[in-house]
Amino acid sequence: MRLHPMPEFGSFTLLLALALSAYTLVMGGIALWRTRGMAAGVDGGAGRLGETARRAGISSFVALSCAAFALVWGSFTNDYSVSYILHHTNRDLNTAYKFSALWSGQEGSLLLWAWLLSAYGFVLRIRHKVDVRLSAFASTILAGIQVFFLLLLNFAAPPFAIQPGPVATDGFGLNPLLQYPEMVIHPPMLYLGYVGFSVPFAFALGALMMRYPGEKWIHITRRWTMVTWLFLTCGIFLGAHWAYSVLGWGGYWGWDPVENASLMPWLTGTAFLHSVMMQEKRGMMKSWNVWLIFSTFMLTILGTLLTRSGIVSSVHAFAQSSIGDWFYGFILIVFAVCLFTFFKQRDHLKSENRLESLVSRESSFLFNNLILLAACFTVLWGTLFPVLSEYVQGTKVTMGAPFYNRVNLPIGLFLLFLTGIGPLLAWRSTSLRSIRRNFILPSIAMGVALVVLLGVGVRPWQAGDDWQATLFSLVTFTLAAGVITAIAAEFLRGANVVATQTGKNLVASTVLLVRRNTRRYGGYVVHFGIVVMFIGIAGGAFNQSHEQEMGFGDTLKLGPYRLVCKSYTQDSNKNYDTEYALMDVFRGSKKITQLAPEKRFYIASQTSSTMVALHSTLASDLYVIYEGQNPDTDRPIIKVFLNPLMNWIWIGVLIVVAGTFLALVPNLARTSARAAAETPVIEAEVHHV
Amino acid sequence: MFEFAAELSCRTGLLRGVRVLRALCTPSGAAPAGRFQFRRFVGAGLVCLLAVVMLGATPASRFDKVGHEMMCACGCGQILLECNHVGCPDSDRMIGELRDQIAGGGSDSAVMSWFETKYGATVLAAPIRGGFDNVAWIAPMAVFLLATIGTGLLVRMWSQRSAQRRSVSAAGPVLGGDAVRERIRRETEY
Repeated sequence: MRLHPMPEFGSFTLLLALALSAYTLVMGGIALWRTRGMAAGVDGGAGRLGETARRAGISSFVALSCAAFALVWGSFTNDYSVSYILHHTNRDLNTAYKFSALWSGQEGSLLLWAWLLSAYGFVLRIRHKVDVRLSAFASTILAGIQVFFLLLLNFAAPPFAIQPGPVATDGFGLNPLLQYPEMVIHPPMLYLGYVGFSVPFAFALGALMMRYPGEKWIHITRRWTMVTWLFLTCGIFLGAHWAYSVLGWGGYWGWDPVENASLMPWLTGTAFLHSVMMQEKRGMMKSWNVWLIFSTFMLTILGTLLTRSGIVSSVHAFAQSSIGDWFYGFILIVFAVCLFTFFKQRDHLKSENRLESLVSRESSFLFNNLILLAACFTVLWGTLFPVLSEYVQGTKVTMGAPFYNRVNLPIGLFLLFLTGIGPLLAWRSTSLRSIRRNFILPSIAMGVALVVLLGVGVRPWQAGDDWQATLFSLVTFTLAAGVITAIAAEFLRGANVVATQTGKNLVASTVLLVRRNTRRYGGYVVHFGIVVMFIGIAGGAFNQSHEQEMGFGDTLKLGPYRLVCKSYTQDSNKNYDTEYALMDVFRGSKKITQLAPEKRFYIASQTSSTMVALHSTLASDLYVIYEGQNPDTDRPIIKVFLNPLMNWIWIGVLIVVAGTFLALVPNLARTSARAAAETPVIEAEVHHV
Repeated sequence: MFEFAAELSCRTGLLRGVRVLRALCTPSGAAPAGRFQFRRFVGAGLVCLLAVVMLGATPASRFDKVGHEMMCACGCGQILLECNHVGCPDSDRMIGELRDQIAGGGSDSAVMSWFETKYGATVLAAPIRGGFDNVAWIAPMAVFLLATIGTGLLVRMWSQRSAQRRSVSAAGPVLGGDAVRERIRRETEY
């Protein structure tokens, strides 16, 4: 019998992590049960039990870290006795990709999920003194989630399963699509976001279970939620950028079920981030918020179910997997626990205030939530409709991009509209004078933008079959002009008030204004980033493409560019064979760059992959694909896309990230009594109430 | 509306569409003059719209449009004209068939029906066959509309109740200036 020390160490640490998590769940639960109804500081000995549960939770992170290390070690040492390593790596794989192989398959990605969950739990349990009892509740709930994933890893999808028979000399390699630098970062980012929503979920459920007074739990979880949301945002857009750069079809979002699975919790999470403000400021929408975070968490689990159970077809899905049943069971349990807790404690969720006016910040948040949830429903509906159709009609249908694009178009435009007007409305009620003052400038900007756009030729009635896309872009650009003006005016108005009060110049006043209320102005920056992204997306209406077979010296023209084929050849190395063409790119008579679109054939995995060549500017992307060789002429077929404004999507994401960081920075401390006295007056004037 | 107009123009030809619209716009009996003017205006608008839609329909753009509403049958999950696999067993043949069908002069829906018959319903990138397929389109819009109307009614009901409460408590004690200012400051933080 062969010995496999490292895989056995990994299996043992997984089992140990399960035992420790189960201990945290059971003993933590008992400790909380024994201290129910007791005054703070009186625990009748349950505190020590709770403390052992907390330490067991911390230890489970150490155990899972060891398991993750064992898998990475196996990958780096080419231990092909482990089935997972055999199927996801090979000897000649680049070092970074040997590391990323950890999450390239089902078992490994579940291990990553469990490890990240334990890492979040570790931080939560270390910082438990923020509120000991609430943290104990959250820690116990997190342990429950962790037990589920560890049960999966130990019994349904073990990452250290030993390959039967003699040990192979080389592995089957990593999926070529994953051999791209962004793929080393994208999955962990996405998982950090996905898994991270477990923490606000645990706090919300815990706060409801213990009838936690006030809104302090929201303050405690605000940073968790925002950081998690930020990770998910980055993960989604890294995925989109990867799809754009690697898949070679000229687009970045294909509405694949796996993409949809990541978008749904992002939408509900965004809705939660907005509506939770109403609970903080006005004590409203408590039940709504609780269900939003419950739904967000359940959508992260549902997304995993959709992509791993095989119930929907996806290029990324691990179809025919047996772990779907486990996820069905887990979602049912989570839903039952949430429903039971909600009905048992629903009297604790009564609103302190009621909405007072249709034209107010509160109602804009309500409509914002509505739009985001409508978008989420649309995505979920589109993802599940093929299953429903098969059940009703006996035939599956495809829900591709044309469906999602058409249905989500009005929703997206309404969202853009609300992004602009929402922050301009006052809490409780907005006066007619305030509306006039805040909206006149954006309205003028929209009018001017419309005239300019029509003038430069964005005319749907002249766009032929593309009139819908052109109309969408016209409306988007016009709305964007209004929203950007509104945001700029808000900064300017605030800075002017601060300048009047403090005597500082406009730049210093703006900085001071932002530092005094980072959350508000960080939010504006995030909204600005979203608008910039919309501008980039709307640019897609003017995409052009051309495909041509190109021999030596042949020329292809697209937009302002002219591509001349200098050479085409084949090459190979240990990892892959490659075919590529060298293309000189001219703009007018000036050569601006040389591009080398490529097609690779990976030897270990026997699969091919596109390497897109890109010349990127702020105005447009020149996107060149090597489609393959014409078997009759042996000449390469080159497809070229001209994608206007594409970079603005990625710039918009960077602005969103910057805005979120800004919102996470604590407000400037008030240093003097005079400043403290002045602040309310300034704030009131800035926010025109 | 626009799609209906486009479909109408494709199926019946512009002139017949104009006749239909003219019939629609003809005043019936003793209709008021204002209503007649309005209908004539709407009718004229629709005719213009039809003309615009018809003007753009070149074979190349039709090929691009229809090719983006079908999936490649190889199982890659990509739109037909975007499938770029090396040695894809289906896309080249399907693209050739699409060119032939469009050159044959059939309408968009006839071309797509031909592909559906040959490759099955999954070749269509979105459900468009009528019957239960319509549910796919109606459900999201219905949910969205119902939710919007529901939210609007809810907000209105709440605001009316708040107004009633305010009028009852109007005779109550007035808060001190500092308290009001503090509350305003708290509630106007973003």
